Formats: sequence, structure tokens, C-alpha cells
Amino acid sequence: MKCRGLKKTYKRTGLAAVDDDSEVVAVDGLDLDVAAGECFGLLGPNGAGKTTTVEVLEGLLEPSEGDVTILGRRWDKDETYLRERIGLSLQQTFLPDKLTVIETVRLFRSFFKTGRTVEETIGLVALQEKRKAKYETLSGGQKQRLAVACALVSDPELLFLDEPTTGLDPQSRRMLWDVISKFRNEGGSVVLTTHYMDEAERLCDRVGVVDHGKMIAIGTPKELIASLGGSHIVEVQAEGEGLAALLPAELATLPSIHACKPVLGRMAFTVGELHVALPAILTAYTERKLTVKDLSTHSATLEDVFVHLTGRQLRD
Amino acid sequence: MIDALKARLGSIWQLSMMRWRLFYREPGTMFWTFGFPMALSIVLGIAFRSQKPEPVVCGVLEGPRAVMIQELLEKSTDVRKPDVLSESQADAQLRTGKVSLVVVPADPPTYRLDSTRPESRLAKALVDDALQRGLGRKDAFTPHSDEVTAVGSRYIDFLIPGLVGLGLMSSGLWGVGFSLAEMRTRKLLKRFVATPMKRADLLLSFLVVRAFSLIVELPPLLIFARVAFGVRMQGSIVVFALVCLVGALSFSVLGLLLSSRAENPQIVSGLINVVSFPMYLGSGVFFSTGRYPDGIRKVIDVLPLTALVDALREIMNEGTAFSPLVLRALAILVAWGVGSFLLALRLFRWR
Repeated sequence: MKCRGLKKTYKRTGLAAVDDDSEVVAVDGLDLDVAAGECFGLLGPNGAGKTTTVEVLEGLLEPSEGDVTILGRRWDKDETYLRERIGLSLQQTFLPDKLTVIETVRLFRSFFKTGRTVEETIGLVALQEKRKAKYETLSGGQKQRLAVACALVSDPELLFLDEPTTGLDPQSRRMLWDVISKFRNEGGSVVLTTHYMDEAERLCDRVGVVDHGKMIAIGTPKELIASLGGSHIVEVQAEGEGLAALLPAELATLPSIHACKPVLGRMAFTVGELHVALPAILTAYTERKLTVKDLSTHSATLEDVFVHLTGRQLRD
Repeated sequence: MIDALKARLGSIWQLSMMRWRLFYREPGTMFWTFGFPMALSIVLGIAFRSQKPEPVVCGVLEGPRAVMIQELLEKSTDVRKPDVLSESQADAQLRTGKVSLVVVPADPPTYRLDSTRPESRLAKALVDDALQRGLGRKDAFTPHSDEVTAVGSRYIDFLIPGLVGLGLMSSGLWGVGFSLAEMRTRKLLKRFVATPMKRADLLLSFLVVRAFSLIVELPPLLIFARVAFGVRMQGSIVVFALVCLVGALSFSVLGLLLSSRAENPQIVSGLINVVSFPMYLGSGVFFSTGRYPDGIRKVIDVLPLTALVDALREIMNEGTAFSPLVLRALAILVAWGVGSFLLALRLFRWR
């Protein structure tokens, strides 16, 4: 799957349109390649343009500019071919309340020429015991698994999942991760969006970080974390008169510290070796007569990558 | 080729089953489809049941001939036995409408009445008849009266085909319009078009289910009307069913049109009410369209519900088949259906 210079703008609607005919840019020139058999994650905060990007890739929205090629074909020419071969779940779909699991899967199966059997699909998402239960009686996790079943019933080559686990409990999330991993292990390609770092780290071969409609970083989770230059994060909250004079650039010269950035009233250090950096940091604060109120360390995650790139938390 | 056709039919079948299941698993739709028309026919049937004509009520002012007049009027079945009233009683009862007329027993008698009141004028005619005959008038001839309380011409006979038409309108507009808008709100339409599903198949399944639900929708009301009120089908049941089918499909497509842009079911509810309310009152479901002025009737006559109800009523009560009126009604319904469909094709939003 290839996508070049993708851009999607919307006309402003509502009252704003009266005196303002400017456009809202949802996706602003985005390039993306996903190889066959790969699981690619689009990571970013709400409103970053993830859903718009995915819906353009899914052929549900037309791009304002740019090119999309999926499985070597294009939406404008081969929609039927592509529809048969991709599976997807939208960010929010409410399947019919009064239909049972098996009726819903059977309905979706009937749309495709080829695919798995209904029973096999229900087995894939572990809903056998709920096969006769109506959609309205399912839990959030079960509903989401049914939505994924509807995406898998055609045995697609490429699967799009838009925030598949948002709002689910940890156990349901893990069950869905298993379903997705299994699909990938059998050779399927996946594009998913998420604002959960752990989900991206766990499932995705490669991750693209999206913010304000732009791809600000792309790579394997390891590469992205390594790009921080250190594998640990130290966060320090301090008090004292000299706090305002504390310069990140100055602190960044301390031994084994790769970067230093103020984040939400704290100072965040990207650190190579904890046992070298920590004493140096503490000494630096003591010398400036600052009292350390709180200090915490953790291994660097994609969350830190995002914070490092944007200076903001993923979810705020 | 055959496989493709089989797959297509399989898809239409599954979509139709979805529609059908959502229909019968929703208790609300069951009430509006079956319970409501029956409840309405019971209430209206009782309210407008056929009654013996009431005798008119009059009084006789006291005086020397009062008793004689009283006796003469007592013999008439059209006049209730009058009381003899004092001057003040007579005034009071006439004013409050307790009596429609007061006979002043002079020679000749004087009738005291307010002639702007229809019942007073009726009383005058009947009292006058009774007195003239009682005092020896010979009638030029004795007319026969042909009472129209026969089956097929009572109010309930008028009402039932109207209720059938009304039911077809509501089920079509709500069943299709509301459901489609709800599917759009729930992003289900969007989810469906993200599969290879043919869009026409989804719309077709709505029409198929509408057509088949007539089989369970119509008989209960017709059988109930027959058993409870003796309302009979004078014409061909086949022609009746055909007109119902065309009407049901026409209103379904109108429902499709009304739902074609709506973001949510509330908007569609509003639109359906705006469209159906004028027909509810104007299309002759509960009373004849003849009561409206000619200018308004020209508009009313081409409304789909007017056409449908007129045709159903003629088939059911007059026993006609493809009379000019029925054919004209079918043409009007088809025109509305095709027109709405073409417009809906241009307007319908899938996402």
C-alpha cells in the first residue's frame, strides 16, 4: 500500500461559513508505505487526522490531493476489486441492536464473493458462546470483536482498524490484540490507528506518529524510541527561587544526558545510563539550591517520543 | 454468471431478513402496525355506530287548546310527547335548547322557534306535519323511504378503507424513512458501503420486506372489521391487494426520499410529520374530501393518500375493479413513487 502527498481539506460548515470560507486541513501532505504482511500503526492524539487518513485509504473519503494505491490498484478504477479484498472496522459503528451475532456475521458474509465460513469467523473472535445473543446485549469488548469479525469474514488481504480498542477494558483489549496478531501471523497486512502507546508497541512492526495532519516521525517502535538517544526517562519536579533560571540547554550537558525539555511543569531528561545521570542531575539541583519535590524514572516509550516531538502529552 | 446471481440473491435475502427481523423484534412497530389501526377502528366504530333517529322535542304553551294539540303530537313517532309549559317555562326552555320549538295553541297555531337552528327547523316541519294530518289534511301521495343503513354505506364502511390507506402511509414513511436515517446515524450505511454490497440491493430489500409485510399487516384489520362491524369486501380482493401493494411501495419510496439527507432520525421524524399530517386530515381518511373548497380539492386530489384511499374505498364498498378512478389512483401513486425515487437517487447520502 502506497500513499503520496495525501491531503484532505474540509469546507468549514455551520455559522463560521457566513464570514469565513477558509478550509480546515485535516490531513496535510502525508506519505505512507505499508508492505505486504506488515502491521502499521498510525499513532496520534484525537483530532490529529488519523481517522481521515484511514478513511481516505479505505476509499470512503476522496482525497483533496495526493495518490493512494492499495494492493497495486486505485479506488477510482477498481473499487469492486478492492472492496472484496479489504476488511475494515470504522471508529464507531453500531451494528443492528436486534440482530444476533451469527445473523450479523452471516449478513456481512453475504456481501462478499469469497471468504471464511460464518462459524470459523465467530471462532476467530471467540464469540461462539454468544452466537445467539443480540448485539444490544453484548459488552463493549464483545461488540468490538463482532465488528472485527465483520471485517475478517471475507478473509481480507488488508485489514483497516480505526481505534479498535478505544474505551475497552484491559482484558478485552488483550483478546483483540490476539485476534489481530493471529491475522498478521497468517500473512495478512494491517493498518490500525490508536492513541495507546502500548498497543502500538505491542502490535505494530512500524509506527507513524501523526500530529496536526502531518507525519512527524515514522519507523519501528524501537527505532523511534532509540531516536530519543537514551533508553530511560527521568522526570524531576523541583521548587526554589532559581527555578526560572534553570536552563534545559545547560542541564543537557550533564554526563549521559541526551536531551532535556520542560514538560508540564517538570523537567524531562532523556538518559542513557541511569547510574551516571541521576547523581549528576541531583547535584545540579542541589548546587542551585533547588528542592527536588518528586523524581521518577521509567524506560522510554513511544509516549516519550510523542512528548519529545511535540512537547505535549498524547492524551490531554 | 449463475454463481454471481446466486451470491447477489443471497445478499438481498440476508438484507431482507435483517429488515424483517428488526421489524418484528421491535415491539413498538408491532403496536403501530397492528394495534393502532384496530384501536382506532373500535373507538370510531363505536362513536359513529348507526342509531335510530331521535324524535324532535317541542313544548306546548298553556291555553284552552293545549291538551288537544298535545294529544295530536303524541300520536306522531317523529315527535316526543310534549309538555304543557307556562309562558316563562317556554321562554327558558326554548332559549336553553331543551325544546326546539314551542307550539302556541291559538287557532291557527303559532310556532315559536329560532330558525337559525337546524333542529328547530326540523321540529317545525315534523310538528307541522303531525298537526296538519291530525286535523284532517290529506297527503297528495305516500312516499316510500329507502333507508341507507345497508352494509357498505355506513360510517364504519367508509372508515375501514381509509384506515388501511393510513396504515400503508405510516408503515411506508416510518418503516423506510426512519429506519434508513437511523442506519445512517449508527454509521451502518457507511459500514455497508465499505463492503462490496450493491447499494441497490439494500434499497431493494426494504421494498421487498414492505411488500411481504402487507401479508401480515392487512388481514388483521380487514378480518377484525368484518367480525366486529360486518364490513364486507364488495370488490375483488386481488385488485384491492394490488392497489395496497402499489400504495405501500410508493410511500416506501417517499420515505426513502425523506430520509435521503437527514443526519438523524429526529430530522426525519419532523419531515415525515410535515408530509403526512396534511394527508392525515385532508385525504379523506376520516371524512369526505367533499367538505373542502374546490381550490384545495384540486391539490388534495393528487396527493398519494387521497388517491390510495379513494381507490380502496371504491373497490371495497362499490365493488368495482379497474374503474377509471382506480386506474387514475394507480397512475398517481406510480408517479409519486417514480418521482421520489429519481429525486432520492440524486440526493441520498450513504455516509
